[in-house]
Amino acid sequence: MMDIIIGLLASFGAIFVFLAAVGVLRMPDTYLRISVTTKAATLGIGLLLVAAAVFFKDLSIATKVLAIILFILLTAPVSAHLIGRASYFSGVKLWKGSVLDDLEGKYDKFSHKLKSEMKENSEKKTDQIGED
Amino acid sequence: MTLYDFLYYIILPILSISVLLIVIRFIKGPSIVDRVIALDLIITTGIGIISVYSIITNQPTFLDIAMILALIAFLSTVAFSYYLEKRNK
Repeated sequence: MMDIIIGLLASFGAIFVFLAAVGVLRMPDTYLRISVTTKAATLGIGLLLVAAAVFFKDLSIATKVLAIILFILLTAPVSAHLIGRASYFSGVKLWKGSVLDDLEGKYDKFSHKLKSEMKENSEKKTDQIGED
Repeated sequence: MTLYDFLYYIILPILSISVLLIVIRFIKGPSIVDRVIALDLIITTGIGIISVYSIITNQPTFLDIAMILALIAFLSTVAFSYYLEKRNK
């Protein structure tokens, strides 16, 4: 019974890691690749580590595995955001099928700050009031 | 089929093939950001391989190395993105 549970957890984890690898190879754009790696790899690695915790049946090892999973869950979005920001500044183009770029023209290329975010919001508010 | 055979002949080859696919992206990658992502994903897949290997060899000590690898992957990605931003200023 235990073997079946471990086998199922390990197979699902391996399938998710494999899907992440295929996504990294096949996706047309840097940003889509970032999205694929963070989601799929986190779940796949979590399942593989849980399989190891179920196999050893020891509290200290389960704690260690929980610490690793928690660390990965915390750090994967942070690193994805940082690398996505760096790639946006270094001028990586979006895929031609992308529909929306919210940040277009809003980032200052030199100081790396959001340009006139507050001003635009207040303008929108006054516009709405005027229309009312 | 025992658990050992299943892990050794099915799970480990799937993980190895995924590492190979990521290495292809690492070599092809048009920009340097793609290479950083591929490196991060290779290390993450390595954590999975280590956990499967610790089940096969019945040695829980390997999981310590998995934890250290997770730390190093995060630190390297942060450092790479920091210096990429600095370079373009």
